[in-house]
Amino acid sequence: MNQRRSSLGKDLVGLELLTAEQILTILNTAEPFKEISERRIKKVPVLRGKTIVNLFFEASTRTRVSFEFAEKRLSADTVNISSSGSSVVKGETLVDTARNLEAMRIDMVVMRHGSSGAAKFLAERIPSSVINAGDGNHEHPTQALLDMLTIRDHFAKIEGLKVCLVGDILHSRVARSNIYGLLALGAEVAVCGPKTLLPLGITELGVTVFSRIEEAIQWADVLNILRLQLERMEGGFLPSLREYNQVWGVSRTRLEQAPKDLLILHPGPMNRGVEIDSDVADGPHAMILQQVTNGVAVRMAVLYLLAGGAPDTAEAAKGGVEV
Amino acid sequence: MSGPLLIRGGRVIDPSQSIDAIQDVLVVDGVLAEVAEGIDPPEGAREIEAEGLVVTPGLIDVHVHLREPGGEHKETIATGARAAAAGGFTAVCAMPNTDPVVDDPAGVGFVLAQGMAAGAARVYPMGAISMGQEGKQLAAIGEMVAAGAVGITDDGNPVMDSGLMRKALEYAQAFDIPVADHPEDLGLSGVGVMNEGLVATRLGLHGKPNASEDVHIVRDLMLADLTGGHIHLQHVSTAYGVEAIRRAKDRGVCVTAEATPHHLTLTDERVEGFDTDAKMNPPLRSSEDREAVCEGLADGTLDVFATDHAPHHYDEKEQAFADAPNGIVGLETALGLGLTHVVGEGLLDLPTLIHRMSVGPAMALGLPGGTLAPGSPGDVTIFDPNVAWTVDRDAFLSKSHNTPFHGWELKGRALFTIVEGVVVWQAGA
Repeated sequence: MNQRRSSLGKDLVGLELLTAEQILTILNTAEPFKEISERRIKKVPVLRGKTIVNLFFEASTRTRVSFEFAEKRLSADTVNISSSGSSVVKGETLVDTARNLEAMRIDMVVMRHGSSGAAKFLAERIPSSVINAGDGNHEHPTQALLDMLTIRDHFAKIEGLKVCLVGDILHSRVARSNIYGLLALGAEVAVCGPKTLLPLGITELGVTVFSRIEEAIQWADVLNILRLQLERMEGGFLPSLREYNQVWGVSRTRLEQAPKDLLILHPGPMNRGVEIDSDVADGPHAMILQQVTNGVAVRMAVLYLLAGGAPDTAEAAKGGVEV
Repeated sequence: MSGPLLIRGGRVIDPSQSIDAIQDVLVVDGVLAEVAEGIDPPEGAREIEAEGLVVTPGLIDVHVHLREPGGEHKETIATGARAAAAGGFTAVCAMPNTDPVVDDPAGVGFVLAQGMAAGAARVYPMGAISMGQEGKQLAAIGEMVAAGAVGITDDGNPVMDSGLMRKALEYAQAFDIPVADHPEDLGLSGVGVMNEGLVATRLGLHGKPNASEDVHIVRDLMLADLTGGHIHLQHVSTAYGVEAIRRAKDRGVCVTAEATPHHLTLTDERVEGFDTDAKMNPPLRSSEDREAVCEGLADGTLDVFATDHAPHHYDEKEQAFADAPNGIVGLETALGLGLTHVVGEGLLDLPTLIHRMSVGPAMALGLPGGTLAPGSPGDVTIFDPNVAWTVDRDAFLSKSHNTPFHGWELKGRALFTIVEGVVVWQAGA
């Protein structure tokens, strides 16, 4: 159980309810943690004795592994539960799963779930900290945090930058968390994609809408290109992947029309030749692997802060001070 | 048969006879005998002193889900009929979307028998439009009516096949019953779980557009126009839908329609925080829609104030929003919400609300009652329009507690619910 109050509160459910100051605290705390992953011995005792459950109701490789590395490099004891091997498939409710985990006296749960609101639901029912690793189409806060850290690494700021999220906004928790976080930090945010994949009322959130990728490219400093789920054709949202690539795909030819070099982000996994062409994904302005590296640092920062770690002692904590 | 019942000195509001006056009401042999001033009590009469109270025809809720058979952990016909009586209702219409579906005369007979055994509010069965509510083949409509069904509906499922809906509207005319429809285009609703709009976008929940309801309402109105059949549109929640019904009524289309207490009092902002007690179908809409539904109920475009009482066991609602079932209980809060938030806020006057809860529903579904005219059933509701109370879901007689109104401060509550001259529920008794 957390004895000390964290500056984030008990949980990280989403970025919508965080202040700019809290978001910056996480990003700033991530900076000293970046270095741990570059060491020969990638382990510090910050979370020694803490028990963390990674509870994944949806398949995930990147996010789950990233969290697991972050936890292990901070010396936490971790257990992974994925839906295929858990009692969830045996019909247990989310409430019962949560209560059973709680009965084993854990400190934190990192959860991915297919239903929007699931992270908040869990957080309201258990005393341990809940970190949302993606809930339905709602939020994926650590992804947006690592996206913002990557942008800040490059531009040394976020305020005033023009960031366009490209693709399937309707089904994207990454898009929502990015919108909330970037707007809080003073960026200008746009979305671009076919109207079938843009949710109603999106402009009321304070974002600009581009229906053509060419316009977005003219406007933006950063493109964050979302993964297109291949099943969207079945839902009637799109005629074909080929057409999607022709109209909204980010290609080198299109980027060459931009007035400046654009920073290219993608949360992965990529569909090469669909939403992003290989010559862009492998090009000099793609930050896609840097995002993955930053993901571990951001998640270490979130774990550290939720465990009650003070932002200004993160540097010292690396030397061996336990939270 | 009980002895005579004399209700003295209450404010009698009977919109069916345009009565709004301090009068006495006498029920003899389970039948309304007289409404007048200073009635002498017959020998052996039970007397209820109603000074300061409102006396109305027994209130009728034409849209409830009593879950029996098949969902007895949520509600039974007996618990639902008692919850209805506690809410001031003397009669309810039970939707047929049970398990098994009420689509044959045996099912209708079962609901009737369980309702009678409950000894609370009257329970009028509705039968399905289609076999198994599958929208393919007409159910045994004539036989169900002969067994006591008062109308047909596939409620819960809209009838998506317009050809089948046309046939139902034609066929039902032989039996003089309405065809009630849950108007929703499933293609437009898609995987939506709440109203489409800013709140849904922010929460990352899929939305159902107003158009999914509007398209279906307009279709049903066209089919009623085509066939001359009586369409009863359930739980209308959109501004466009209300306007379409208003215009159809002007043209003489045979249509009646419902408004629910929750669509009159709440908007989709209530879903904030992923509260599954704010999840129902049709969903809570925008404030413009809410206002239009209020106006529709006020001007009579919407004839009926009906709850869509939809009990669910607490652990079914204790899930992530998209995974939880639709619906809320309504029987025990409807009158208080109507008095406090519909009449109290000046959207309707009191006699109009009573109209929409008595003669309105009786006319829409062709039910006995809804009036205090001599010779009609001795069903009477007596409520205190001024008593303040707090909604406590744990005190409900319903088996289920899924309400978004828990903790609301309301003014006005039923004190006596009288069916066939018998007090079936009395507050504090």
